[in-house]
Amino acid sequence: MTDSTASGRAGVQAAGPSLQQQRARAAFWFLAPMLAALFCVAAWPLGRSIWFSLTDTTLSDLYGGKFIGFDNYLNWRTLDSGKTIFRGTLVDPAWWNAVWNTARFSVVSVTLETVLGMLVALVLNAEFKGRGLVRAAILVPWAIPTIVSAKMWAWMLNDQYGIINDIMLNLGLISEKIAWTASTDTAMYAVLAVDVWKTTPFMALLCLAGLQTIPRDIYEAAKIDGVHPVKVFFKLTLPLVRPALMVAVIFRMLDALRIFDLIYVLTPNSSSTKTMSIISRENMIDFDKFAYGSAQSTLLFAILAIVVSAYIWLGKLDLGGEGSR
Amino acid sequence: MTYVKTGLFYLAVVVIVVFSVFPFYYAIITSLKTGTALFSVTYLPKDVDFSNYVSVLTGRTFIRNLGNSVLIATTTVVFALFLAVTASYALARVRFRGRGLLLMCILAVSMFPQIAVLAGLFELIRFLGIYNTPFALILSYTIFTLPFTVWVLTTFMRDLPVEIEEAAIVDGASPWIIITKVFMPLLWPALVTTGLLAFIGAWNEFLFALTFTSSEVQRTVPVGIALLSGASQQEIPWGPIMAASVVVTVPLIIMVLIFQRKIVAGLTAGGVKG
Repeated sequence: MTDSTASGRAGVQAAGPSLQQQRARAAFWFLAPMLAALFCVAAWPLGRSIWFSLTDTTLSDLYGGKFIGFDNYLNWRTLDSGKTIFRGTLVDPAWWNAVWNTARFSVVSVTLETVLGMLVALVLNAEFKGRGLVRAAILVPWAIPTIVSAKMWAWMLNDQYGIINDIMLNLGLISEKIAWTASTDTAMYAVLAVDVWKTTPFMALLCLAGLQTIPRDIYEAAKIDGVHPVKVFFKLTLPLVRPALMVAVIFRMLDALRIFDLIYVLTPNSSSTKTMSIISRENMIDFDKFAYGSAQSTLLFAILAIVVSAYIWLGKLDLGGEGSR
Repeated sequence: MTYVKTGLFYLAVVVIVVFSVFPFYYAIITSLKTGTALFSVTYLPKDVDFSNYVSVLTGRTFIRNLGNSVLIATTTVVFALFLAVTASYALARVRFRGRGLLLMCILAVSMFPQIAVLAGLFELIRFLGIYNTPFALILSYTIFTLPFTVWVLTTFMRDLPVEIEEAAIVDGASPWIIITKVFMPLLWPALVTTGLLAFIGAWNEFLFALTFTSSEVQRTVPVGIALLSGASQQEIPWGPIMAASVVVTVPLIIMVLIFQRKIVAGLTAGGVKG
């Protein structure tokens, strides 16, 4: 709470302790429905998913599963010949391929989006005619549903009739048509390109909001002192927008780590772009390995939790905004 | 020198705008082509042919899917806002033990990967007997609309002047009266912004919509478009897909352009606190 509110509250409290109690009681009843709803749609399903991952439940028989411990994660059996066979997600090459794809996608896409978003924000932070129009234009990719943008780009990246191949052939950048989404070499580039196109505006807007909190006279002072613009950016602008940037990056990172829809539509069945979410749902719903898929989704949850905690701890993030206010 | 600089600057602006808008422009052009014209690359619209739109809009399921999307997104948003207004009042205005922890929990839920609750939600939806109905999606969408609306409304409500509330308390207003009679009129802009963002989130959602519906008529628009198929496996009906995409996207783009400033304010309310 802000200091002014705290002092204001002290004045209110002087009216008697019963008022504070009354407010606290009202607060409880105000919160109860929201908490009950969140329990039903978040906590309970999460708990059940983790439970399923410890059973051999199948999609057709949700209540027939037995507890089998961590066998979905890792189990082993020693054959008569003395050879030990390991099974489970943790020794499944398809799972580790998905982990690697997800990590690669997340790091590259978030890095590109942050850098490009910052550049766009710097452009938009300058005063020029038609700035409102440009800001409206960059909101377009953000407003388009992911599925629609995936389809639009799938058409543009089409190997036979796609406009991207046409442009690149005409410019002499490529010598023959490329099957961007189908080929294992290029599928990841296609996914990255679409994600960067769609999400850079979001990053740019967040960066812009950060930039606009910086008072203009700081730049004036730097200009009078003759500091080079690049130095101004790294020594002045970047440290000042860093808190805003850190928050934006973690939100983007979380989105990237759980990516599903874009890849499901743009490059279905391509092992070079399968992510943790994709493979987990595939096992759960399509392959009738419900419990096995649940184990993978639980692992994804654990990985996300670790990444967020590490990020907040290392970056000393103040997500609540309570300390800084 | 300054001319070069200005030129480069405007070049950057033009590049940004073209990159942002071109794919949507190209989707519109494609949607107006049929037959063999579809398979020749053109940069400007030539013949305008609305038959893709006619075939999509008179098709068996598209209008139905559109209706599902509107119904589900609207209901989800109204439900979330209803719960979030009182909750965010308590979180922003009343001091009680564990408030910080509670806020962190709510933020944590908004960061949940949807896949992590998919199995549990699937069971819950089967148990309630609402699989393959709009209720399944209204229920499951609450997991991301509710934490988001609570979080953003809490930051908005914190910024309302404390004097107004004090005056109301002195006049003997109960917390319920303070919310409905004193704060609500001030909160309208925030409600519009949050509601709009939550609406867009629910409108665009794919994973739950794909998993919790099975029949064509129960699908929402994103799933309908993703699974729109032609006469055969090989033949992808690009024309109708682009027409459907344009139909779905145009209302969103108009809304976003109208509420541009509010949306930017809403997006940054949660995160950027500098």
